[in-house]
Amino acid sequence: MNMRRLNWPLWVGFLLTLVAFLSYFFVFVWFPVTRDFPWANLVLFFIAAVLLFAGIRRGFASDRPHPTRSKIVSSIVGLLGLAVFGSFIFGMFIAARWLPASTGAPKVGQRAPEFTLPDATGKSTSLSELLSSPVNGNPPKGVLLVFYRGYW
Amino acid sequence: MNAAGIRPVAISVDPPEVSRDLSQNQGYSFTFLSDPNAEVIRRYDLVHAGAGENGHDIARPAEFLVDRTGTVRWVNLTESYLVRARPEQVLEAAKALK
Repeated sequence: MNMRRLNWPLWVGFLLTLVAFLSYFFVFVWFPVTRDFPWANLVLFFIAAVLLFAGIRRGFASDRPHPTRSKIVSSIVGLLGLAVFGSFIFGMFIAARWLPASTGAPKVGQRAPEFTLPDATGKSTSLSELLSSPVNGNPPKGVLLVFYRGYW
Repeated sequence: MNAAGIRPVAISVDPPEVSRDLSQNQGYSFTFLSDPNAEVIRRYDLVHAGAGENGHDIARPAEFLVDRTGTVRWVNLTESYLVRARPEQVLEAAKALK
C-alpha cells in the first residue's frame, strides 16, 4: 500500500483510543491524582478524537483511490473509537458509582462494632486487641480500618 | 501512619493466603484481616452484594478511624469506587486523637 494514501490519522487515532482506555488500568490507577479523576485519560481521548476526526474527513475526501470503501472504513473505525470512549466514561462515572448506600455503617461518634478475624498468618485478632497491643512500643492512638474489595 | 501512632488494618473477603502475598509484595506494616463470609463487612453495613469476581459478596471501599475507646472519629465512604482516602486526609483526622 502506498504510504501517502494510508489514512494514518484514522488508525493512529483509533490506537490512541485503546491506549487512552487501557492506560488507566495499567498506569494511571497507581497515582491518586490520576486515579480519583481520570483526567490524563480524558486528555488522551481528546487527542485521539482530533486524530479520528481528521481521519474521517480524509476518508470522505474525494481523491481517495477507493472512495466508498474509505467512507465505510473511516465511519466504522470512528464509531468504534466512540464506543471505546463511551465505555470508559460509563465505567468511570456511572458504574463506579454503583455502590450500596451503606446507611447503617458506623458514623462519627458511634462505637465501632467489635469483631474477631484471622490475620494473614491465620491467627485470630480482635478489634480490642488491635486498639491496645503496642505499635513501636506504645499502644496506638487509634486504628484505621480499611475495608477493600479484595481480589477474590 | 505508624509514626503517627495509627495502626492500619485492612479487611476484605480475601483468605489469609491471598493477604499474605499482598502484605509481602507491598511491604506494608499493615495488618491484613480475612473476612471470607463477609460477616464483619455485613456488621459494618458495607456489603456490596455479588460484586466479587465469582459473584461473591464483597466489601465496598470504606475507611474508619477508631480511637482508643473504640469510638469512630472519622469515616470515609466515597460515592465512587475510584476515589479512596489519601494518607494526608487520614493523618489530618488522626491529629485530633490523643
